[in-house]
This record gives sequence, structure tokens and C-alpha cells, in this order.
Amino acid sequence: MECQECHKRPATLHFTQVINGEKEEVYVCEVCAKEKGYMSYPEEGYSLHHLLSGLFNSTFESPKNTSSQQTKELQCPKCDMTLSEFKRVGKFGCPSCYETFSDNLDPVFSRVHSGNTKHYGKIPARIGGNMRIKRQVDAYKEELQRLIKNEAFEEAATVRDKIKELEEQTRGDDT
Amino acid sequence: MTLQHFMKEAISPWMREDGPDSDIVLSSRIRLARNFAQYTFPILANESDLQYISDFIRREYEHQSFQDYQDFAFIPIQDLTPVERRVLVEKHLISPHLAEKNHVSAVLISKNEQVSIMVNEEDHLRIQLYYPGFQLNKALQKVFDLDDWLEEKIDYAFDEERGYLTGCPTNVGTGMRASVMMHLPALSWTQRISRMIPAINHLGLVVRGIYGEGSQATGNVFQISNQITLGKSEEDIVEDLQSVVRELIEHERTARKHIMAQSPTRLEDRIYRSYGVLTFSRIIESKEAAKCLSDVRLGIDLGIIENVSRNILNELMVLTQPGFLQQYANKTLTPNERDVLRASLIRERMQLEN
Repeated sequence: MECQECHKRPATLHFTQVINGEKEEVYVCEVCAKEKGYMSYPEEGYSLHHLLSGLFNSTFESPKNTSSQQTKELQCPKCDMTLSEFKRVGKFGCPSCYETFSDNLDPVFSRVHSGNTKHYGKIPARIGGNMRIKRQVDAYKEELQRLIKNEAFEEAATVRDKIKELEEQTRGDDT
Repeated sequence: MTLQHFMKEAISPWMREDGPDSDIVLSSRIRLARNFAQYTFPILANESDLQYISDFIRREYEHQSFQDYQDFAFIPIQDLTPVERRVLVEKHLISPHLAEKNHVSAVLISKNEQVSIMVNEEDHLRIQLYYPGFQLNKALQKVFDLDDWLEEKIDYAFDEERGYLTGCPTNVGTGMRASVMMHLPALSWTQRISRMIPAINHLGLVVRGIYGEGSQATGNVFQISNQITLGKSEEDIVEDLQSVVRELIEHERTARKHIMAQSPTRLEDRIYRSYGVLTFSRIIESKEAAKCLSDVRLGIDLGIIENVSRNILNELMVLTQPGFLQQYANKTLTPNERDVLRASLIRERMQLEN
């Protein structure tokens, strides 16, 4: 049977619509079914999901991990998600999963995010107060190394003082 | 309900304003994924946890206001009919994914519909903020303010090394997706866009159709967004996206000029034919409608058509979607009935212009 919408492709789907008690039989192909809204929404995210789980499998099945597979499987203490379950669905169960599977995540993140594994963006304003300062200290330390390498000792001294000041500030916060 | 009244409901207030470069960039959006530190992500959470999150958001933020975003309405998704859900998807206020949910989920929408916060989608919170035209920097600054305001009461799942923790590894870090909706008719006609897409992908950006992941580019409207969320700051991600968008704007303008110079009659013919179809047709499929609307919008931008307002593309692209048509008719419609109603709605809308 040909699709009753496009009259080109074969009808692979059969729908029965009941509108105001009136039954209507519809024979359409998959393309028209989606376009004409017989199927409410196409499977969103299907491709991405499958791409992801494929990616996990290739990552985890690298020879490096075969020895550890003999040992007890990793399981998140908070949500009970296991490493193999995570591999299968490609999604985390809860925030604690990040810590539980931490050793296995770098290759995954690296592939999804073009080689990046570490966050460099926004830090929460309220809970991240000290983190913000720490981030600044790290940046200054890098600059310090660069300045020393270039023998710009005067500037290096200024940066060193800034680090000291910030570090004292965080120490004060802890008490 | 009169058409005018219905349209007023259908078009988000912010969409009616013109933004910078709005001849090509229809809208800018920033979305942040955020989660509660102490709760399982929605994919694994039990009903009582989901209910807790939903109740918390309702208690703390319903009818609250922040800056330009007044009087947040809290809408539980379960309370909506399938058509009502679909209408929210067509207005881009919720994702198709949220519309399908049968567990406890909700959306918080500001009065001007510029902000929508999805609750218990793939993450506990998906904060979305829209601006008309090309205004990514402004949107980023505003969404950061909004994020800080929400964070006053919520302990976010955040890790020093990994950043904002999300249900899916593709969102971890900034949890940010920045995107612009672009109308690129000249680049589409000359088929230059298909040659540019691989290069854009190479820069870590994605080009999609108007309704996001997996959707086709109807009416020559393309969505361009960042793919990478980890290892780059939000500002850098937005800057990278902006430079590509600027490039695309330039290419589109050049292509428009080129077509105008090379084949002005052919261009005018195409535009006026589409104008005729919209003004007189009695049955029109959504694809044809989108194509004609794109042509007419280009005609307006090029000064060929003068008596029609620019917003017609944005308006009618939304209004002629299946969900809206059925809401307008106030009943379920077969695809054929929709094509008839779509044509009559467009005709009426075109008449409002004269």
C-alpha cells in the first residue's frame, strides 16, 4: 500500500484516529507521519544518546581497564548507579556519581568537550566564595612562574604580594 | 476569540521588540543547567524527591519578581492537556522532552515570557533567557544575575574541578548552551550554508533547525549553538559563537546583495509569488507556509514588500504550528483540517496588514 499523504513511499505505519467519536484509518509512511503530526514528537535526543553510549563503550573497553573489571564494580553510594549502568545510559544518577566514577571520567569528558576535563567558568556566588579566591591565586601563581622565567623580578614581587594577601584572606574565612 | 486577541496570546511580549541585527538574527538565548546538590537527578529520582524540588520552586519563586522578569507563573506540566503542552513547546518555553514527562515537572515563566525555568527536565533546573535580535552578551549578563538570585536559596551541585554538575556529561562545566536563531534565506538558496556547516561544526558549534535537536531547518531559520561546555569560560564560549554569527551575518548580507544585483526579477518573482500564496491560498502545508513566510520576510528586509510588518515571519511561524492551530480551533484537527485552518489564519493575518 502506498502512503496516503505523499503517494510515493510505501505506507509502513497504520494509525486509527478517533475524533468526536468518528473513527478514521490512516496509512502513511514514517516521513509523513512525523511531518503531519500523527506521531506527536520525534524521538528527541535519540541520536545524541546513542552516540554517547557508543563513545562510553569504546572508552571503557580500552585494554587499560580490563584488569580492573575483575574487581568489584564501582557503585555510587548515594544513588546506587553502577559504572556499567552509567556506561549503558550515558547519564549520571546524582551529583555524587561524579566523585564515584572520577577516575573513569577524564577520557569521556575529553572526547565530548574537545580535550577539556576541567571547568574554567562561573563559580557560584554564595557557595563558591573561597573557590573564587583560590582560582585567582592559581592564576597569579601561573603568572608568577612566567615572570620569574622572564626574569621580571620586580613585577614578580608584586604578584607574590597579591598571592600572600589573598591566601591570608581565605585563611581568615576558615576560622 | 478574535485573531488579534489570539495572536496577542501567542506571541511572547519580548518577541515584539526589535533587537540589533534583527533583519537576520531573530533571537538570542542562553540556557543554564543547574541541579540541587543533595538530590538525585530527575532521571533516577523518586516521586517524593521530584515533588520536593517542584514544591520548593513553587514556594520560593511563584509570583516573585527579579529585575525585568516580573510575577513568575508556576505551571505544573501534569495539569496541561497535550495541546497546551505542545503550544508551550512551539513558543520555545519548554522543551519537547519536558512536554513528554509524566512525572512531577513544572515550568516557571516570567510575565514577559523572556525567562522560563524548567523544573525536573533532564536537570532539576533549566534556566532559559531570551532576547530579541543579536544580544548574546546582554543575555549572558542577565542570566548570570538571575542565576545568582536563584542561588541565594538553592545549594547548587558544583565541583571545583568539574564545575556545575549535570545529568548528562555533555552539559557539565558551565551547564551553558548559548544559541541564536538566524534567518538565512540567501545563504540557503545559493546552497552556501550547507558548505559552511562543516566548518562551523569544526569550531565546536552546532547548526540545527528551529525546534532544536534533530529538527529540520524550516523557513530557512537555523539555530546555532555551542557544543562544548567544559574547559572554557562562558564569556569565551559566547565570544566564539558571536564571531561566527557575525561572520554569517556578513555572508548573508553579501549573498542578498549579490542576488539583488544578479537576478532582481527572479528574486521579485519569487517573493511576490509567495506573497500571493499566503494572501490567497485555501489549503497550505506547514512546510510551504514556512517557505513562503521566509520569502515574504526577505522581501520586507530588502524593501521589496513595504506594507507588511517584519514580525510576520516570527509570528506566523509560531501561529501556524499544529499545537497553536488546535488551540485556536479549540479541538483536535486532522492534518488536512489543519492545512485549511492554517491557510485561513494566514489570509486573515495578511489582511490585518492592509
